Amino acid sequence: MSLDLVAAGTVATVVVAGTLRAATPIIFASLGGLISELAGCINVALEGVMLVAAFAGVITSAYSALWFPDAPLWLHPWLGCAAGLLAGTALAGLLAVFHLELGADLIVAGIGLNILAQGLTVLLMAHLTGDKGSTASLTSFALPNLRWPGMDGVPVLGVLLNGDGDAGHNVLVYGALAATGWVAWALRHTVFGLRLRAAGENAEAALAAGLPVKRLRYAGLLLSGLLASGGGVFLGMGYLTLFQADMAAGRGYLALAAVFLGGHRPLGTVAAALVFGGATVMAARLGLLAVPAEVVFMIPPLVTIAALVLVKQHQRLAARRRAAAGRATLLSS
Amino acid sequence: MTVAPLAIALEGVEKRYPNGTLANSGVSFAVAAGEIHALVGENGAGKSTVMKMLYGLERPTAGALRIHGRPVDFRHPGDAIAAGVGLVAQHLNLVPSLTVAENVVLGHEPRRAGGRLDRAAAAARVRALAEQSGLAVDPAATVASLPVGVRQRVEILKVLHRGARILLLDEPTAVLTPPETATLFATLRQLAEAGRTILVITHKLDEVKALAGGVTVLCQGRVTGSARMAELDEGALSHLMVGRDLPPPPPRRTARTRPVPRVVARGLGYVDDDGAIRLRDVGFDVAPGEILGIAGVEGNGQDVLARLLSGAAIPSAGDARLDGRVFTGLSPRAVHALGVAVVTEDRLHDGAAPTLSILDNLLATRYARPPLSRRGLIDRGTARRWAQAVIDGFGVRAAGPDQPMGALSGGNMQKLILAREIADAPAFLVASQPTRGVDIAAASALQSRLAALRDQGAAILLISADLDELLALSDRIAVLYRGRIVARFAAGAVDAQTLGLHMTGLGPSLDGDDHDAVA
Repeated sequence: MSLDLVAAGTVATVVVAGTLRAATPIIFASLGGLISELAGCINVALEGVMLVAAFAGVITSAYSALWFPDAPLWLHPWLGCAAGLLAGTALAGLLAVFHLELGADLIVAGIGLNILAQGLTVLLMAHLTGDKGSTASLTSFALPNLRWPGMDGVPVLGVLLNGDGDAGHNVLVYGALAATGWVAWALRHTVFGLRLRAAGENAEAALAAGLPVKRLRYAGLLLSGLLASGGGVFLGMGYLTLFQADMAAGRGYLALAAVFLGGHRPLGTVAAALVFGGATVMAARLGLLAVPAEVVFMIPPLVTIAALVLVKQHQRLAARRRAAAGRATLLSS
Repeated sequence: MTVAPLAIALEGVEKRYPNGTLANSGVSFAVAAGEIHALVGENGAGKSTVMKMLYGLERPTAGALRIHGRPVDFRHPGDAIAAGVGLVAQHLNLVPSLTVAENVVLGHEPRRAGGRLDRAAAAARVRALAEQSGLAVDPAATVASLPVGVRQRVEILKVLHRGARILLLDEPTAVLTPPETATLFATLRQLAEAGRTILVITHKLDEVKALAGGVTVLCQGRVTGSARMAELDEGALSHLMVGRDLPPPPPRRTARTRPVPRVVARGLGYVDDDGAIRLRDVGFDVAPGEILGIAGVEGNGQDVLARLLSGAAIPSAGDARLDGRVFTGLSPRAVHALGVAVVTEDRLHDGAAPTLSILDNLLATRYARPPLSRRGLIDRGTARRWAQAVIDGFGVRAAGPDQPMGALSGGNMQKLILAREIADAPAFLVASQPTRGVDIAAASALQSRLAALRDQGAAILLISADLDELLALSDRIAVLYRGRIVARFAAGAVDAQTLGLHMTGLGPSLDGDDHDAVA
């Protein structure tokens, strides 16, 4: 009986740990999307930022090993990570310049950068490796896992803390959790958060209050680039240990959906990102069965659409109930 | 006699926008420290541009600004704030989801270690400021939940918090009731006595008279007059402001016969999506050739009433009939086809499409019918001739039918909207705030048009925050408070002060629900 419980608990924690892992890139990107959205600039280029960051991270870590053969091994993934963050943030910076300096429409410019990122990463990959599909021919590095000691064989908790197979969680999984806490805290409790939200909600008021609205929007977009890059780096140097063409696979767009689904609140956004992560895990599980791959790939976007519709429907029903209650009072009075 | 030092001085200031528009030219005037000075003039006269330059939102293309005797070159509002200048804009510039305290300290926040916002200190500062200046507010309230009058207090507190010695106010009373206006004026006088300098834009003669020590008149970007109030009577001031004497206000309907009402509303109620009751048991009659005025502080149901009568919203209870036919609950187009015309409250948002041409805006209600529509195509030639005739006939200052609507001043835009709505000689006109933010001359022209329409036998519902307008035009006045009609008056049986009391819920309540109690 108790053994069954442990087994069930273990399965559940495997799913939880897997969900967290699958959700990590979406959490990073959605936190980035949230910050820029609150600053008044929707960042449609999250997808492209993730791709560029993943690519730069993988390539840099691989070339770091070629260029500095004598350097300690731990250096290469961290160099890659830094390069990935830098490259992704730079792409977001490009979007900021297009929009804030040159007056380009955010949506159009963002989509343009996504298409650019898709093509550019494949072009450079083909040029460097001769392969248009992935960087499998290069030896690239993963960022380290963090493993809690003394958890060997501890049921449930061991799996939760150190993952299925006791290898620990990638450092960026913890990074995503830390980023969640930081974003939630900074938006609510810091002067910067207050100013960012003011600039996003009523730019004219912020301007009249003497706030540097443009600079705040730069900060919002650059921060969103930095956070989304964290997700991209995780994809290439944690989730997998190589770069694949189009490896962001729509996660940047899912992240945007998470921002709206989460009601523009940090914790809501991360909860929505976890739902999307869960859908990915479910898709992977179904992939083990004889379900056609096309159906499996449809699951995360279907969950997204279903979640958006359900939340809206729920709000509408609640509104209708409130209206009905109000009408009852109106007629009875 | 000592001469007070000058707080504000403009010397030959010119502002030419990149598109060539000359907003100000050779503007010179000065305001002494501790003075309340009124800046008046028609819409598009360049008053707001002067304010913007004094607040660093625009930079003059020629001339000099001096603040407290020192020449200044403001590049952005931060510079102006540093020089002790604060602006209370016409469209209140607050962040709705933040609290009063957060809005007040925004840009000058008290901090704790680590860049954290010190909320307790912010609330304490706001409380102290509120006490000093007599502007009562709750620092912890969310701005979105506050009525307009209180939001304006927050706006003034915000300016004071930054240590402003000079306050610029752009039409501060446009959204206020008479009691709120009186409170505001008392506050402004108190601030002036404490040594602060106040420059206020207004359209209203009586406000200039009640408040200002000096007045400067702008017309087409230039100063056309400047005077001490002590030297002027209202006639001379009006002449100075308009450049000519105004026609007398349109006479009220004199025939007191009681024909069959044309419009009959009974038990109108509306519940919004949040379940809040916005309108409750509103009933009224309007006879042909009669104007029924609706008074009320903004947000007490006037907007909802107008939406129900125009077909933009469906009543939750009750209905309204035009010549016996129910017209509420129909689509706006069906309502219009029955002979109901609507001048909406927000002309930039609901009344017109600012980026489209005058022509397209005028077409909006009649493009689908002959003579402008022929076999499904718009006859641009006929339409253009008609539009030009409307522009000429209503005295609209515009370059031609192709000019974008948004390029017009508020008064000219409103003339075109009214022209469009009354072109088909409607049986019933719902006019919401028809002269808000419109200069005196245009307001007077618009009011004459309303009176003319009434004389042709139309029933008119006039919803207005301008009590002078209501008192001048209406045959009867009803007061809306919290979605109910709380008082009804015959014209001439009530004054602005009494209306103001009822508008704020302080009047004796209306006994019974007899819709024809006063008629």
